[in-house]
Amino acid sequence: MTVAIQCEQLTKRFGQRVAVNSLTLSVPKGSIYGFLGPNGSGKSTTIRMLCGLLTPTSGTGTVLGFDVMTQSEEIKQRIGYMSQKFSLYEDLTVEENLDFYAGVYQLTSSQRKQRKAELIEMAGLKGRDKQLAGSLSGGWKQRLALSCALLHNPELLILDEPTAGVDPVSRRIFWDVIHELAKQGITVLVTTHYMDEAQTCDWIGFIFFGNLLAQGTPQELIDGMEVGNLEDVFIELVKREEERLAKAGAGEGGVR
Amino acid sequence: MKRFVWERYWSVVKKEVIQIKRDRPSLAIALVMPLMMLFLFGYAVNTDVNDIKMVVWNQSPSAESRELIDQFVNTRVFEVIAQESGYKAIEAMLDDGSANVALVIPPDYTRKRDRNESAAIQLLIDGSDPNIARTALSNAQLIVQNRSIALQEKLLQKQGMGEIKPPMELNTRVLFNPNMESIVFNIPGLIGLIMQNVTMILTAFSLVREKERGTMEQLIVTPIRPLELMLGKITPYVGVGLFSFCLVLLVGTYWFGVPVKGSVPLLVSLSILFLMTTLILGIFISTVAKTQLQAMQIAFAFILPSVLLSGFMFPRDSMPYVIQWLGGFVPLTYFLAILRGIFLKGVDLASLWKDTLGMGIFCLFILIVAMLRFRKKIE
Repeated sequence: MTVAIQCEQLTKRFGQRVAVNSLTLSVPKGSIYGFLGPNGSGKSTTIRMLCGLLTPTSGTGTVLGFDVMTQSEEIKQRIGYMSQKFSLYEDLTVEENLDFYAGVYQLTSSQRKQRKAELIEMAGLKGRDKQLAGSLSGGWKQRLALSCALLHNPELLILDEPTAGVDPVSRRIFWDVIHELAKQGITVLVTTHYMDEAQTCDWIGFIFFGNLLAQGTPQELIDGMEVGNLEDVFIELVKREEERLAKAGAGEGGVR
Repeated sequence: MKRFVWERYWSVVKKEVIQIKRDRPSLAIALVMPLMMLFLFGYAVNTDVNDIKMVVWNQSPSAESRELIDQFVNTRVFEVIAQESGYKAIEAMLDDGSANVALVIPPDYTRKRDRNESAAIQLLIDGSDPNIARTALSNAQLIVQNRSIALQEKLLQKQGMGEIKPPMELNTRVLFNPNMESIVFNIPGLIGLIMQNVTMILTAFSLVREKERGTMEQLIVTPIRPLELMLGKITPYVGVGLFSFCLVLLVGTYWFGVPVKGSVPLLVSLSILFLMTTLILGIFISTVAKTQLQAMQIAFAFILPSVLLSGFMFPRDSMPYVIQWLGGFVPLTYFLAILRGIFLKGVDLASLWKDTLGMGIFCLFILIVAMLRFRKKIE
């Protein structure tokens, strides 16, 4: 089994605060890896380190075989990234946004034409290509962002809460696309708060206060915790960790 | 991986052009603001001293004393605004600034003149503005001196000495600005000052805006290089700035009547270098500031040193060495010398190479600093 993402003891501190605490995880190629955890648990920080947006404080990591510390530019050419906040140009049209990123990723004009047609079709953006991105509604914006992230045929797609605040129809379309991409061999790392989405992932990693608490297939996690569904796994894990921290905190005078 | 990719640069240029076109109000401001500023400041920045307000206390009214006063008025440097009597009255006028100088003609003036004795007159000058005071002083001295010589000549002629020849004569010719009008000197400088501050703000916002709107995050996960992004952002604004520059150039030439004596193509090509320098300076501000407000504040903080250190207001030669050196960090310093050289003296590159080189080096320096400051990270 080849891995797309491999990290060992990956740590990120912001001053005194530990955002990600010696995270070790591996994501096999061609799989969908769901990254779960409460808000502020370090999911986005981990993803940003893997994309080369943040430099890890310590630890090692490779993405598609490239070192996150030293080869972030090589990584950037091969990954597609979509952040939880819409970060395309609202004052450009759908087509102009796609054209801009096609140029940035150095697509040839024939590639550009073909990919644009494919992606507009895939995202169901047909007929809206002359519309300003800022005037699109939430779901459409996210589909456009996904299209831009896929323009250059990335080997790895990193999605940070892509479906937050998105209507059920758009969510369904979105996940259909994700599964389709995985079938084509693209690795997907995705964070989400929706357990129905997490259920369909191949692998799940659970992060809380910067620590990776559990990792496995959805079924393994449910069986291991002896609970009914993934939502209960989530709640149970948070409860246990809070109890543990409270105990440790009482013993050590509140210092972690 | 580290090389400059034209395709990526060009995508940024195209994107910026579309964004500039969509943001009509900003574009209008960029084009109209320099024009408005030039109209406004073209009239305000005037260091010529004319019509110095003079109050006269004539204690010896006669044809003789009135002739003297007329000579003051005829130079157009002085303007009689009041006739008063008593030191109290004239001092009050000097105090409240309604008069700049006071001419006091003593009671014995006419009598002494009639007897061809030396007569003293007094001129009180408000010295708080040295520029006005100096003009008043030297003009008054000249007027009295000339009158003395003329009177002396008349007297000697009466005594049968015939024409007298002065032992020395000074022939002067003022070059470049023969009437010594300050507007001729100030308009080129003003054009430079306005262009620097308007164009700097254009790019000072550009990177920060992307940070604020979150579009920067998407941009830095792409393989784009800082230099491609920065130059791509600057390029369209060089066009905007150049258009604006040509507008103010026309206004300076045709409205204010300050023609370009030298080569216009040279002026335009050097102004492109200047615009690039100020735009890169704006980009540098953009890498320092975290919000558009901060960028605005930094850009404004830059205006005063530009006015005071560049030689716009005061000649740089008389500044302490360290201050002169600091002026080298203002692009306007180099461009002022170029502007004034081409505008007023009509000189070519041979006389301007030092300033051109200086500006080029500064441009490169600030570009490198901006590139080092700009990291493709979001910390």
